[in-house]
Amino acid sequence: MNQIPALIRVFSYLSILTVGGGMAAFPEMKILTVDVHQWLTFPQLIHLYSVGQMAPGPNMMMIVSIGQWAGGTLGAIAVLVAFFGPTAILAYLVAKGWRKLEKWPWRTSIQQGLAPVSIGLLLAGCFSMAKGAISGLETGALAVAVLLILLQYKINPALLVLASAVVGLFTFMPK
Amino acid sequence: MSKTDGKPAQQTTAGATKAVVAEVSIFQIFLEFLIIGATSFGGVVPYLRESLVTKRHWVDDKEFVEMLSISQSLPGLNATNMAVLVGEKLRGWMGALAGILGMCVPGALLMFAVGIFYREHGDHVWVTAALKGVAAAAVGLLLSTVVNLSKKSLSSKFDLAFIALTVICVNRLHLGVPRTLILVGILAILFHYPRKQQKGSASS
Repeated sequence: MNQIPALIRVFSYLSILTVGGGMAAFPEMKILTVDVHQWLTFPQLIHLYSVGQMAPGPNMMMIVSIGQWAGGTLGAIAVLVAFFGPTAILAYLVAKGWRKLEKWPWRTSIQQGLAPVSIGLLLAGCFSMAKGAISGLETGALAVAVLLILLQYKINPALLVLASAVVGLFTFMPK
Repeated sequence: MSKTDGKPAQQTTAGATKAVVAEVSIFQIFLEFLIIGATSFGGVVPYLRESLVTKRHWVDDKEFVEMLSISQSLPGLNATNMAVLVGEKLRGWMGALAGILGMCVPGALLMFAVGIFYREHGDHVWVTAALKGVAAAAVGLLLSTVVNLSKKSLSSKFDLAFIALTVICVNRLHLGVPRTLILVGILAILFHYPRKQQKGSASS
């Protein structure tokens, strides 16, 4: 069964939802990739997203893994182009027109107005993910610990995520 | 290589300070973003600043902040939007393409491999245990991003209400991201309508 057209449709749609960050599209991504197309399960989606936080570059590269599972190498490439293409073209057009907009009074309004909405979308994505990732006292405590450490100290987040893997290894291994 | 598609290559009449970047090649752009794409563990923004502002002087500090705020308001990730904006500034659409390709290729290859490995071994007990920790940490990391962004980019106390409304629309009312974005987005933009500046605008 050829999944490529569906992959392109889903990920180009998700692309334009990523206002403020990739996580803004997470609730929609969960519905489309897990519930509708069943390319992977919800725990798998959470795992891939989380592991992706340790990879360098744009932090939504886990979409490549989804593409690879559903459509092989071609699927991975299709997803990559579909997810980054539309917003890249938009950014390109804005870059070209930006100088003209500099004196447009609504420019500031749009920036100030979109700031809280994009933060809200990020938070909403975070809550959707927490539903699957936080399952008890230990995982909750680990999330809070990471939050507090990051707010308090200047430390590379990728290192903390890696350290949490080790914590997980010791805490969640079945006895 | 000397195609200028109708626009002047440099606007030297306005200010001669930004003419430093005249001779950056497409390959240099690709290579620089490839390095950022391969080394930016834990978030791209500091790596972008270090490379583009401090090391290469392709953009100055003010320009960098401005480009970042555009990247943040547009759909798309900061990493790729910045690659497009900087690439476009340096060498037009070819530069933008070189930038985004360099930025994406290393992470994409890595996650391609990780995806295959996870599919083969994802159900081993030790992998599951480690991933449970990783997922919890990712939630904490996201929350810290939310807190830091709020500190940096909110311009009014009422913005907290817009944040809450957005979360309620998506997670409680299940309106979906697009409808929420349009609904709350328009409300929030109208709320911040352009007023006549009375006390000199501090934010830009």
